[in-house]
Amino acid sequence: MKGTNLGEFEELVLLTVAALINEAYSVAICDELSDHTGRSVKLGVVHAVLNRLEEKGLVKSELGEATKARGGKRKRFYQLTMQGKAALVNAKSMRDELWARIPALVWKKM
Amino acid sequence: MKEQREHHPPSWAQRFVEWYCKPGLVEDLTGDLHECFERNVQSMGPRRAKLIYIIDAFKFFRSYTVRSSLFVNLFTNRIMIGSYVKTSGRNIMRNKLFSFINILGLAISMSVGLLLIAFVLDLRSYDRFHKNGERIYRITNVLTSKSEDGGKFASTSIKTGRLIREKVTGIEEVAIMRNDFSGDAKVGDNILPIKGFWAEPSFFRIFTFPMVEGNAATALKDPYSVVLTETAARKLFGNQAAVGKTVKIDTLAYQVTGIMKDVPFFSHISFEALVSLSTAEQINKGDNHFAAWTNMWSNSVYILPSENADMAAIRSQLNALAREENLAEENTKIQLELLPLYNIVVGESLRQSEGGPGFTGPHVPRVVLWILGGLAFVVILSACFNYTNLSIARAMRRIKEIGLRKAIGAGKSQVRLQFLAEAVMISLAALLLSFLLFLVLRPVLINMAPEMQRTVKLNLTPAMVAAFIVFSVAVGIIAGFLPAIFFSKVSPMSAFGNVSSVKMFKHLTLRRSLVVIQYTVTLIFITTTAVGYVQYKNILAFDLGFKTANILNINMQDNKPDVLMKELSEMPEVTALSRSLITTGVGNAWGGNMKYKDSRDSVLVMTNHIDENYLPLHDYKLLAGGNFVARPVTAQAVGEVIVNQQVLKRFNIGGNNPEKAIGEQITLNGRKMTIVGVMQDFHYGKVENLIGPVAFTFWTPEDRAIISARIQSSDMPATVARIESIWKKIDRVHPFMAEFYDKAIEDAYSEFSTMIKIIGFLSFLAISIASMGLFGMVVFTTETRLKEIGIRKVMGASDGNLIYLLSRGFLLLLSVSALIALPVTYFFFKIVVLRNFPYHTPVQIPELFVGLLTVLLIAFIMIGSQTLKAARSNPVAVLKSE
Repeated sequence: MKGTNLGEFEELVLLTVAALINEAYSVAICDELSDHTGRSVKLGVVHAVLNRLEEKGLVKSELGEATKARGGKRKRFYQLTMQGKAALVNAKSMRDELWARIPALVWKKM
Repeated sequence: MKEQREHHPPSWAQRFVEWYCKPGLVEDLTGDLHECFERNVQSMGPRRAKLIYIIDAFKFFRSYTVRSSLFVNLFTNRIMIGSYVKTSGRNIMRNKLFSFINILGLAISMSVGLLLIAFVLDLRSYDRFHKNGERIYRITNVLTSKSEDGGKFASTSIKTGRLIREKVTGIEEVAIMRNDFSGDAKVGDNILPIKGFWAEPSFFRIFTFPMVEGNAATALKDPYSVVLTETAARKLFGNQAAVGKTVKIDTLAYQVTGIMKDVPFFSHISFEALVSLSTAEQINKGDNHFAAWTNMWSNSVYILPSENADMAAIRSQLNALAREENLAEENTKIQLELLPLYNIVVGESLRQSEGGPGFTGPHVPRVVLWILGGLAFVVILSACFNYTNLSIARAMRRIKEIGLRKAIGAGKSQVRLQFLAEAVMISLAALLLSFLLFLVLRPVLINMAPEMQRTVKLNLTPAMVAAFIVFSVAVGIIAGFLPAIFFSKVSPMSAFGNVSSVKMFKHLTLRRSLVVIQYTVTLIFITTTAVGYVQYKNILAFDLGFKTANILNINMQDNKPDVLMKELSEMPEVTALSRSLITTGVGNAWGGNMKYKDSRDSVLVMTNHIDENYLPLHDYKLLAGGNFVARPVTAQAVGEVIVNQQVLKRFNIGGNNPEKAIGEQITLNGRKMTIVGVMQDFHYGKVENLIGPVAFTFWTPEDRAIISARIQSSDMPATVARIESIWKKIDRVHPFMAEFYDKAIEDAYSEFSTMIKIIGFLSFLAISIASMGLFGMVVFTTETRLKEIGIRKVMGASDGNLIYLLSRGFLLLLSVSALIALPVTYFFFKIVVLRNFPYHTPVQIPELFVGLLTVLLIAFIMIGSQTLKAARSNPVAVLKSE
């Protein structure tokens, strides 16, 4: 395992899971990501990432209720674990720190 | 969903996901796919949605979704295949008799399959060299008429082509082609009979016939231009340049405007020359009938719709066009249909105009292919049955092996695979042998009929080799299927327990029924051959109503017959001579309209023009009156007619009394004629045609001629050779065309002899395969019962008793087959085949039973020899070894 570091796309997925609260399942995550990032996100990729996140213990999942749509198949809903939350917070604070280190001067030069 | 119809994702793709996916993931994964699918149906339509579903189903095949056992299985199977091949090889070597019977049987039957595959592939390669082939269509005329037989014709009128060009939209090119252009091309002293078509410049735009010299766009534009194939040009001009030169064809001079590559063998149209259609238009300038809507007998029209054209719209335009033209016609209605180019050679049978030259080229109805395929399939299946039967019969010996395999962990699928691998190995070995047989049989098949030589080449191509291998593997799988299922079900417990109690004996019914099916098929084949052969001989020996023995018919091919007649009459071997327009009784026909007193009642009668010697030479029976009295020299002066009884019956002339009919006047083709003789009915057409009204009129020098010469000679070939040398003096260009009448009749029924040869060959194969199978079965059953036989012998059973005991079962099976096969064959002939022959002889008992006797004899020899061997064995030797 590559440690608990989050990849860029992993982070996005994790954030979306957090944002969608109780509606976080693969297709919804996929749509949400497409809307907000403006890139076309493939379902297969999202699926693989969710699977990896679950392996790392950052999310947990359970099957929902069966509905008439989806050919009677149940959805798998994802939720952040404590570790997941910690990983996100960790990633954010790391960035904030790095941001804070950039002197304002640098921006003006560009 | 807005739409009424609900769309479902492709179920196989769904099953595929369910198969490879981990059980924990499968539900939400398929659910996700389904949700996307429903969404895609809305946004992109069901077809693209399905496609995307399938792509996604494959995309989800990833390391984290796939069941781990799947990889392990695939991996072990890879390893095991080596082991399967090894054990199969050992098994094949160990049971030499078993392998020999199976390989030989499969090889024999597969050679038929190979021939058929080669045949079908050749037929499928027709016309594929045209770049636009997929888009090219030919117009089919569907004729319904009050005065003649309707039907679907491959030909159409010139007007159709012109109208399509003017009115129908969505069509890129139209090519009108007029057939039967033929004549003697002459360049200097070089004379070559040449055949071809009249065609338009668009011909080269629709079809891919590359030009070697000349401009394809203009070559067929001006009247009196001709495009020659390379071969024809070489024959006429030698090595000189031909383009721009003049060729005299019959009486007209043509300019050579182009040389094209020879027409490929696999083309449904073949020709040596193309003459511009404008030539035909000029020659027939004054003739209104030339381009009439109903003059549909000798032209074909090909169209090339533009790319992405709406075929339904084109069809409805054609219908509208036909409807408009039909308005002007009283008796005739013509519909236009489109026939794709690729369906011309293999497809629906179309009619050609009677008496016209055949121009549609090679053609095989789809039904024939299905029948041949069915027959080949039955023979191959018979060989597969052998394999199945013998494998299961040997079960006893292998059950321990299977038990051991299972005990150390082989699953059902692995046992199945092993047996399939074994069967496929045997069938691949059989393929090698059957390929040799294929090479031997190929020339035999091609030379069986002249049509065959014209239709197929059966040359090997990579596609053919691939098809052979696929075919052989498929045969192996079919043969090994049942044994594989059977052995995979064996439980290791019973295998190590009491072997004889294994449920293999439950499969006796299966084996028995396979044997019965095999023998029923064999018997049907062989009886059909026997009955068909007898019927064919009866047809050849059929009393046509006139004599045909030792009569040589010489086709004069546009030459005047006088010189040859004179030369022939000086030959001592020639005892009688006559002239006629056509040869009857072999399917040729020449018709005319006959009327009697009622001018509205007209009937199509078959006619022939004959001279005064024709009737006596062929021994026609005259019921009343006599031969022609007048000897007119022009067709205009002909005023006498000899009719058959059917004419009297049809018009009720003289109250059906031949004597009273003499002197009556009839109208034939608009000319008044007097009946001078009445003939007994005879067969003008072939035996399958009902006898209809026939009228003979006098032959005049204006007609083409066929000379009939009765020859009395002890050395026929030498006499014919002498006549041929006389012919060469008269006509240096055209080859001598002469045939004995009996031979001509034989040729007329050549399709029957071909059919009988094919079925005869297949029945020979079927009988050898079935016999080999039976032999194997007898060997194995007697072997397993050796001990029983020994005990019976000790108890005092005689050889006769034992043979009866051992062969009883097999003979019973054979009788069941016979009881099914013979009635089936009998009713097949009575109801299906002979119904088409109004003058047939009924099926007789001897020919029905001759096949049965042969099969029984062979079976008996095999059963007898083996059981006798077993019965004669010394019980001491058998019983002491345990």
